[in-house]
Amino acid sequence: MSWIEKILPRTKSEQKSNVPEGVWTKCDECNAVLYKIELEKQLEVCPKCDHHMRISARSRINSFLDQGERTELGADLEPRDVLKFKDSKRYKERIAAAQKATNEKDALVSVKGKLKGMPVVVSAFEFSFMGGSMASVVGARFVKAVESCLEHNTPLICFSTSGGARMQEALFSLMQMAKTSAALAKMSEKGLPFISVLTDPTMGGVSASLAMLGDVNVAEPKALIGFAGPRVIEQTVREKLPPGFQRSEFLLEKGAIDMIVDRREMRDKIHSLLSKLHHKHN
Amino acid sequence: MNVNFLEFEQPIAGLEAKIEELRQVNQGGEFDISIEEEITKLREKSSELTKKIFAELGAWQISQMARHPLRPYTLDYISRIFTDFDELAGDRAFADDKAIIGGPAFLDGQAVMIIGHQKGRDTSEKIKRNFGMPKPEGYRKALRLMEMAERFKLPIITFIDTPGAYPGVGAEERGQSEAIAYNLKVMAELKVPIICTVIGEGGSGGALAIGVGDRVNMLQYSTYSVISPEGCASILWKSAEKAPLAAEAMGVTAKQIKELGLINTIVDEPLGGAHRDHDGMAANLKAVIKQQLAQLTKLSQQELLDQRYERLMSFGYC
Repeated sequence: MSWIEKILPRTKSEQKSNVPEGVWTKCDECNAVLYKIELEKQLEVCPKCDHHMRISARSRINSFLDQGERTELGADLEPRDVLKFKDSKRYKERIAAAQKATNEKDALVSVKGKLKGMPVVVSAFEFSFMGGSMASVVGARFVKAVESCLEHNTPLICFSTSGGARMQEALFSLMQMAKTSAALAKMSEKGLPFISVLTDPTMGGVSASLAMLGDVNVAEPKALIGFAGPRVIEQTVREKLPPGFQRSEFLLEKGAIDMIVDRREMRDKIHSLLSKLHHKHN
Repeated sequence: MNVNFLEFEQPIAGLEAKIEELRQVNQGGEFDISIEEEITKLREKSSELTKKIFAELGAWQISQMARHPLRPYTLDYISRIFTDFDELAGDRAFADDKAIIGGPAFLDGQAVMIIGHQKGRDTSEKIKRNFGMPKPEGYRKALRLMEMAERFKLPIITFIDTPGAYPGVGAEERGQSEAIAYNLKVMAELKVPIICTVIGEGGSGGALAIGVGDRVNMLQYSTYSVISPEGCASILWKSAEKAPLAAEAMGVTAKQIKELGLINTIVDEPLGGAHRDHDGMAANLKAVIKQQLAQLTKLSQQELLDQRYERLMSFGYC
């Protein structure tokens, strides 16, 4: 690609003088200058190089579900600082800052709605909220999602993006791994499908619980997915990690996930899967 | 400095050395009643000092106790609590991970399934046991034994003692996350009673993967945490040396965790800690396990599973 192509967006550009500031952005991968509205239409996937940028939990859910009636589950739950945790900052301050920055109460959003007419529940992690870390509210909202599925016989889809368990809620966070996994066992028992979509990055306690428990595990391209972080592994084994290590393509090759799906085809693919797995209820 | 005593135990080490010296004298030469009296006095003093030191242990000191080089490990409990243990090996797919051991045994005549992390005492055994850090095949061996226990109606008794699941290339390639996650899901619905006890380090997901049960206990000086104090300190304080602060902030001790309602019972340790009296520790733990097992076997299968599920759902927000 020549430099001129890189700076010209694929869409017909308007005359520069008419364009207000802040409508352009850059792809972190190929550095192409992109028109924001076009990028939004592409669900934050670079139209030049297909790089999947991070997307907020709300945008994810909005673009995934059908337009129309939606109900948020566990919206009233707010994090509490039970341990009065303080490192360089108080946990309370970290919560307040994250809430202000994201406009979310915590790092997971659960919404009941429809996918191409099929009633479903979707949960999505918000990475901008303390690295999408899992603590009590995340666990509770995930369980609310499962409970709604059990009550209405609907499938569950969860989009993960998380650094793992949240240290500031200490053992409560660890226990959310057991809690969410136990709830998923009920889904299996009742024959309701759970599709886990692993997006960049899905690590630690989230990967070692709900995210790896999908009846079908789907990943977005090139997402970092694993238990231990690459730096921790490098320190342990004292050698450079192979290229592509812990990326979606690596996990697919090792048999940990079922498929890699482009975000723009996610609705079609997941609907296709559910139309078979959930056929009895259709 | 005695390497078998932690820094805060050193004053006790000094007294113990003196006692030993006097004892030698009295054995070698003629028996001297005044030396015997002196020994008795010193013993009392040592015991008083131990009580005093252990009454004021902080979270970091307890973290060190949990990793004490002389602390009893799973096999030490198995030989003292159970009889006729038959160790079973392998995950039937890849390898036998020696950081997790397990197999059936008798608990005073009742057949049970034992699963536990195993650390090594000397260097070669430490390496063989991978410092008690399991790989996916370890968790899958544990899973195989748990499913076997369900099949043959054996209650499951687990012993938790790991710094964490092993962070390595092979472990990632073979699905460390999935191995842990799957155990969590299966343990939630196993149709036999499960009693879990943290005997040393309860290191994060690597501990939890054999730690979902109907009763979860911690020994008095064991720890249980979402991340090691060093790991937490290096992320939040940007320095692993702040581990004592992290241990305190996370509340890793049995007392703190019991107050939060995340475990059922704290098992008392003998004076000076489990490592000072392996037999005494095993006897305390055996009594707790037997009592809990008696309670659990009274429940119907449905009651057992409902109570386990309710217990899990009670963590955090309901």
